[in-house]
Amino acid sequence: MSPSLLLLIILAAMALAYHLGRKRAIGVAGGVAQINRLHSLPAYYGYYAALWVGLPALLLLLFWVGLQEHILTALTIAELPPEMTAQLSEGQLSLLTSDIRNLATGNITAREISPEVQAAAAHYQRLSGLASVSLWSLTGALALAGMAWAWQHTTISFRARNRVESILMIVLILFSSIAILTTLGIVLSVLFESIRFFQKVPWTEFLFGTKWSPQIALRAEQVGASGAFGAIPLFTGTLLISFIAMLLAVPVGLLSAIYLAEYAPRKVRAWAKPVLEILAGIPTVVYGFFAALTVAPFMRGLGESVGLDIASESALAAGLVMGIMIIPFVSSLSEDVINAVPQSLRDGSYALGATQSETIRRVIFPAALPGIVGGVLLAVSRAIGETMIVVMAAGLAANLTANPFESVTTVTVQIVTLLTGDQEFDSAKTLAAFALGLTLFVVTLILNVIALHIVRKYREQYE
Amino acid sequence: MNTIADAIAVKPANLTADHLAQDQSTATTLGEITSANPRMICRDVNVWYDDKHAIKNVSLDIGQNEVIAMIGPSGCGKSTFLRCLNRMNDTIPAAKVRGSIKLDGQEIQDRSIDVVPLRARVGMVFQKPNPFPKSIYENIAYGPRIHGLTNNREELDELVETSLKRAGLWKEVKDRLDAPGTSLSGGQQQRLCIARTISVSPEVILMDEPCSALDPIATAIIEELIDELRQQYTIAIVTHSMQQAARVSQRTAYFHLGDLVEVGTTDDIFNQPQHKLTEDYITGRFG
Repeated sequence: MSPSLLLLIILAAMALAYHLGRKRAIGVAGGVAQINRLHSLPAYYGYYAALWVGLPALLLLLFWVGLQEHILTALTIAELPPEMTAQLSEGQLSLLTSDIRNLATGNITAREISPEVQAAAAHYQRLSGLASVSLWSLTGALALAGMAWAWQHTTISFRARNRVESILMIVLILFSSIAILTTLGIVLSVLFESIRFFQKVPWTEFLFGTKWSPQIALRAEQVGASGAFGAIPLFTGTLLISFIAMLLAVPVGLLSAIYLAEYAPRKVRAWAKPVLEILAGIPTVVYGFFAALTVAPFMRGLGESVGLDIASESALAAGLVMGIMIIPFVSSLSEDVINAVPQSLRDGSYALGATQSETIRRVIFPAALPGIVGGVLLAVSRAIGETMIVVMAAGLAANLTANPFESVTTVTVQIVTLLTGDQEFDSAKTLAAFALGLTLFVVTLILNVIALHIVRKYREQYE
Repeated sequence: MNTIADAIAVKPANLTADHLAQDQSTATTLGEITSANPRMICRDVNVWYDDKHAIKNVSLDIGQNEVIAMIGPSGCGKSTFLRCLNRMNDTIPAAKVRGSIKLDGQEIQDRSIDVVPLRARVGMVFQKPNPFPKSIYENIAYGPRIHGLTNNREELDELVETSLKRAGLWKEVKDRLDAPGTSLSGGQQQRLCIARTISVSPEVILMDEPCSALDPIATAIIEELIDELRQQYTIAIVTHSMQQAARVSQRTAYFHLGDLVEVGTTDDIFNQPQHKLTEDYITGRFG
């Protein structure tokens, strides 16, 4: 008698309700020949019945499944002898309840079973059986009530179509609010963890400190674990790598966009565009090992041959590969923008005797510039947030340098290293990841807002 | 009477594109296609868009200092023909142009002719005002710059001023030459485009329904301007408005489904059309 079975039954009941509602509507109208007398098509009465049968029952099921565990546990704990729970901490209490639950469902428990726990488990079992029965009967009652309601409302003048439309709108609002609330939840959780971090480390040190060494001493006399949280080297590393990436992606992407939009014959465009877009479809982890195993050693070899000392995890290699990844981003956004420049401007320029390149340089490019800038900003925010390539190809050492041949680290790399492996979740070290994440989020959000604003403004100009 | 006219005389109700298309090759143009003082001479011009035969054996002279109006129902090929005159059809990959088009005796269809100077000599104004997203000044200076017409800033300033004056826009914009061209009203924008065309000293100006996006007052100003420009330039104008053709042109050419049906002085075309199709169009029986 699991909830998923109940879900299936509710869905089946909805299908049944649809048929009944439809039949009923036809019956009310006086047969198939007379359905014109109804306000709406018979199917809408069917939908109306199905929605009334299904939605309340589904909502109840959803809440029940969400809350049952909590309520049952609370009731069980309340039944336990007070001396057992009085001096337990929150963590110990949760261990105890999970034992009771395990015992009740017949799983292995972590401790010796005392008679009290045994009793509590039996109580829990009883309660959950009761809960299950009441869930089934309640949903059944709700579904029947819904059907009765819909049955009674099926009259010739009932505006079933309008009702169904508004119910559907409410359902859609519910689903879109799930997305919005989830976003809000993520932002708030990152924010609260960051606030905890800033209670341990002042934000001025975090934002303006130049030394990043997140190891925290476990013992007082431990060597080399000072714990410095100055994020400047991470910011500069991120900027350096993103800058190198944009240095490659902007010219290559833009020029290929101009070629594709203005020069390429239809045939070339038909295969060149998808090929460029394949670049966007390559998983970043593939780019990552391409950077780490091919580009970085190649760069180092190249550097050696001309007498330059290039680190094997140089910012240059990571930046170049990231640039390649971003090319399709820049090119497809720019191409859209260039295509959106009205043909009449091209005609006007050609009619004055301008050549194609003059037209592009002096008319199309200036007209498309705001949109191109917007696209580039979106690409920058993508570069700043990119993780996998830099995790594999950039270093871990937080060097404060502008030299692309040296190894640098980025915000995303540090978040990954701070949170992978076994970690304490309330040390400054792990909390620092949230602060870094928050910074990253704020920066990319600002970039995206500016970029979208520019792009939209540009669109308005020509539509 | 040619076959088209016969066909229509018999079954006027069945006037369809297919019907007429069959009789193409035999169609001839009524009226005087030649001009006493021709600037451009077009002979047997044919245009295809992929497989669609858009212009069929059109021969027409465009005379010095005259305004020739091209009228006809939508899709009749009048704009396509106009775009042949400065090879704007080159920009449409699917378009194929055949026949002879001469400007001052020089064949412009010849592939060895560079379109850059050709388009400076045969300028074009479009249906919708299309100022560049630049300042008013830069809109006018664009053409002279790409053709290297001026040597210094003073000359350019002067050229911009004369072009705007000729287009009758100078008084309205002289204090805000730095404002964007798109900030002007529709009629002003169209005059800006005319000034832009004038700035490279063309001999012929092609106008493709220049007033169709404008209100009546702006239209009247442009029409007046066209009449003034006739003193210096040869003008070919495509228009949907028969009143406009009657007001601004000296000669009128009536196109129908790719055929040049009839050409004549504007007076003749509007007062005593020879062809049934022309008469029907003029009198508003279709269009």
